[in-house]
Amino acid sequence: MIQPIESASQSFVLLRLGERRFAVAATQISELVAPSRIFRFPHRTPRLEGVILRRGRIVPVCDVAEKLLGKALTSRRFYLIAVRHYGDKSEWVALPVTGDCELIAAEMINAGEADAPHVAGWISHNGEVIEVLNLDALTPGLEAASAPAASAALLEARP
Amino acid sequence: MRVASPPTKPRAAARTEQLILFRISGQPFAVSSASVQEVRSVDSLAGAATEIDQPTLRKVRHVVRRNEKALYVVSGAAHFGLPPSSASLVFVLRKTRTALLVDGIDKMATMTRLQALPLAYCNEERAWYRGLTALDQNVIPVVNPEGFLTAEEFALLDASLVPESLPDELPSEGLELPE
Repeated sequence: MIQPIESASQSFVLLRLGERRFAVAATQISELVAPSRIFRFPHRTPRLEGVILRRGRIVPVCDVAEKLLGKALTSRRFYLIAVRHYGDKSEWVALPVTGDCELIAAEMINAGEADAPHVAGWISHNGEVIEVLNLDALTPGLEAASAPAASAALLEARP
Repeated sequence: MRVASPPTKPRAAARTEQLILFRISGQPFAVSSASVQEVRSVDSLAGAATEIDQPTLRKVRHVVRRNEKALYVVSGAAHFGLPPSSASLVFVLRKTRTALLVDGIDKMATMTRLQALPLAYCNEERAWYRGLTALDQNVIPVVNPEGFLTAEEFALLDASLVPESLPDELPSEGLELPE
C-alpha cells in the first residue's frame, strides 16, 4: 500500500549577508526594519553592538556576519528583528543584513552531527543550497533559567 | 440617553525614580539618586585618600576612611573599560563601601520604567547594570551601585590595608543627598 506523502514544507526568510544567503524559519521573524540609531554602552559580550529602540522595546543588535562570513559587515541595509529563545523566555534580537529579504517555502533537511551548532538545517532554493540558522546557538545569551532576576522584560522603577 | 460607563478600577500611580545622569569618558550613565549618599569634588578627596597598589585591581587606586570603614574609590573609566578620563566628581554610594569617580553630572531625570538588560548580554555587564531606561529617545544604562566591586574584591582590598595608614575621616565638604 502506498502511504500518502505529507508535505514538510515550511516558510523561511532568506537574508543576505555580503555575498552569501542564509535562511531563518519565518516563525522566528518579527519584522524587517530600516537601520536606526544604535545606543552603545560598555559591556563584555562578543558580537553585541548595542541596542535599538523598537516599538517601545529595547532590542539588542547582534552582528552575526563575523561568525558566519569571517568578517564584520561594512554596510547594512536592514535589521531583521527575530525572536531568540532563552530557555523558556524569548526576546527580540536585531540582526543587521546587507540586502533584501525574501519569504519562501521549502523543505528543510535537518542538520547533521558534522554541522556547526548554529546550523539548524539546509534548504534548497533555485539551485542553491542554503544554511538554515539556529539563532539560539548563533547569538549570545544567558539562559533564562540561570538569570531569574533578569527575566522580566519590563520592570517598574522602584524608588 | 447616556450610557453608563463601566466602573473603572482605581489605577495605581506609576512609580517613578529620580536618576542622576552622569558621564564617564563621554559615555552617559544613570544612577538612582537614592543610591548616592554624597557628591564630592575630587579635590576634596586629595588630603583624605590613601593610595592603594593592588596590581590585580587597577580600578581602585585610593581608599578613604569613613565612619570607621574603608571606602574604596573606583575609577569608572577603568571599571567599564573606557579610555582614561579626568574625573572631577566622586559619588559616595549608599549601602556599599564604594565611591565612584565620574567626569561630571549632566542632569537629573525621572525614570518611569526600567527595562531589564536583554538576555543577550551574558557577561560581567549583568552585574554592572540594574537595567536600561529610555529617556528623551536615548537609551541609558542604569548602574548597579553594588556592581563595582565583588565580595572577593572587597576581601582582597581589605586584606591589603594597613589600618594605621588610613588618614582621618573624609572632611565634610561634599553635597549630601537626602535618602
